[in-house]
Amino acid sequence: MIRIVIFVAVFLFSVCTFASTWVVAKNSSVKSIKSAIELAAKGDTIRIMKGIYKEGNLVIQKSIVVVGIDYPVLDGENKYEIFTIAANDVSIIGLRMINTGVGSINDISAISAIEAKRLRVLNNQFENTFFGIHLANCLGSVVEDNVLHSNAEAEHQIGNGIHAWKCDSITIRNNKVSGHRDGIYFEFVTNSLVERNFSHHNMRYGLHFMFSHNDEYRSNVFQNNGAGVAVMYTKKVKMISNRFQDNWGASSYGLLLKDIGDADIKLNHFAKNTVAVYMEGSSRCHFTQNVFSGNGWAVKMQANCDENVYSKNSFLSNTFDMATNGSLVLNTVDANYWDKYEGYDLDKDRVGDVPYHPVSLYSMVVEKMPSAVMLWRSFLVYMLDRTEKVVPSVTPENLKDIHPAMRNYDYNF
Amino acid sequence: MKIAKYVSYDILRNRFIALYTLFLLIVTFSMFSLDSDPGKATLSLLNIILLVVPLVSIVFTTIHFYNSYEFIELLLAQPVSRKTIYFAEYFSISIALSTAYIIGVAIPMLFLNLSESSLYLIMAGLLLTFVFVALAFGASVATRDKAKAIGIALLFWFYFTLIYDGLILYVIYSFSDYPLDKVTLALVSLNPIDLARIIILLKLDLSALMGYTGAFYKNFFGSSLGVIYSVLFLFVWTLAPLLLAMRKFVRKDI
Repeated sequence: MIRIVIFVAVFLFSVCTFASTWVVAKNSSVKSIKSAIELAAKGDTIRIMKGIYKEGNLVIQKSIVVVGIDYPVLDGENKYEIFTIAANDVSIIGLRMINTGVGSINDISAISAIEAKRLRVLNNQFENTFFGIHLANCLGSVVEDNVLHSNAEAEHQIGNGIHAWKCDSITIRNNKVSGHRDGIYFEFVTNSLVERNFSHHNMRYGLHFMFSHNDEYRSNVFQNNGAGVAVMYTKKVKMISNRFQDNWGASSYGLLLKDIGDADIKLNHFAKNTVAVYMEGSSRCHFTQNVFSGNGWAVKMQANCDENVYSKNSFLSNTFDMATNGSLVLNTVDANYWDKYEGYDLDKDRVGDVPYHPVSLYSMVVEKMPSAVMLWRSFLVYMLDRTEKVVPSVTPENLKDIHPAMRNYDYNF
Repeated sequence: MKIAKYVSYDILRNRFIALYTLFLLIVTFSMFSLDSDPGKATLSLLNIILLVVPLVSIVFTTIHFYNSYEFIELLLAQPVSRKTIYFAEYFSISIALSTAYIIGVAIPMLFLNLSESSLYLIMAGLLLTFVFVALAFGASVATRDKAKAIGIALLFWFYFTLIYDGLILYVIYSFSDYPLDKVTLALVSLNPIDLARIIILLKLDLSALMGYTGAFYKNFFGSSLGVIYSVLFLFVWTLAPLLLAMRKFVRKDI
């Protein structure tokens, strides 16, 4: 009997602690977030009412939930990091964080998490933060529905929007990032999902990852970033239904792949980029059912790429479909639709009877002498390209699509 | 003004202008009906316009100038200044040719595919007409021999469509170790057909042009500066030969 009473008492006690909520407001007994964090026990919730809070750096070392009501503003006064989290199961929800400090040695962030498992950062707003969300060695964390915006003028004055280092199984979903250095930055992040994010107008890359194996990128939009999207030294990446758009400039790429292996890239739309896909030292990447439209170069594949496969993609009104820098071809290009294809289909099986050579002579010329692009579409260039089509001499003979589709695949994304 | 009215009336009755209009009409319609993608049709049309409009403008103007030589002589006997006669001839021919162009290309395009690139194409074609009519006047006043003048006119056309671009390519190739962006732009400005082409390039291939080197081009192509620059230079290309030829015409012993 006594045992049962003790058990019930202990149980009730624990439930009570579990349920306790601290309200932070100007007229409440707890006026500062700092004291609320000190008072709170493991599992408690802190509700922050509307207002402006200038409390410097807030360190969370226990599993608590911080909820903002009507987006209370946490001001870093251009000096401080706002949240430093070093505990498991912490949630930060519905806050507005502005003006963090800026550092060239320390990565000062609005939310910095170190070894925090199952952290949840939901529905927050970040304005003018150096780093937005900085995750280091965090497992199973979720970053969802946040809006991050900064107004940096130059690359070196600003950090990344969502920065993850050495994490596993994290989810980045439905965030909007703009005006940072890199929108989303991954380094040594594995088995993670990046979904439905909108990364635009960042100084450098919309998405940047290195050594981040087995990750999946779905339905994201990367638009108008300084240098597009760059991904490097990674294996087994899946990129599905993303949109890479309006990345303009000499070293700007819709998607730059450097030393990428076994990637699966499908159903993406590459529109109006200077270079939609740039590949270097990449192997066994499969590009299927993507649409390349209105790009300067749809694909620039360096000759050190091997066993990559391009099939069932649509190439529409690109200036140049493909460019390469050597004559060695170890890749497969098959069954794509090319709007520049001029062959015929006598047996009516909707597959062209003569192969299509996606590399034009003039794209090789421009590769060597960039200023020659000024003569593009002139009568002279037209004749040069024609002659090369009849008697190929400069362009790689083996880089060809043997089964070009006669009709556009009409993928609708 | 009255002279211009009569001359243009005369030209518009000319069978050749009607044929030219018809040709442009057929080309425009066939391009747009053959190609499902209007962007691609615009491009094919661009290729034709860059070839045909200068050729027709320059040859027709030269022939017309010599055919109406007697009429000009008659007018010169009247108390009208040579300048007036000269400009009347120029404007009436340009107006006649641009009318043909507007009926043959511009109006169908506005109906078939109203887009920014179409508008630029129309503008480029019109400016090319003005430039090449002016160049033809240069060729015509240069010599008294009709065959020789047509030869000069054809040479102009051939030079600007083919030879000049070949020379530029050769220069770019020979000096490819040097930064050539400004040089290329300057060289291209010396060819009206290239200028007209660049107006369209800026619309259709901007993403590729942006891939090319540094901030200078980014500024030039990225803003509307590129179009303004090209249009401005095309006007220079109209005025310079026109005024030079006028000087010669005024002083010439006819």
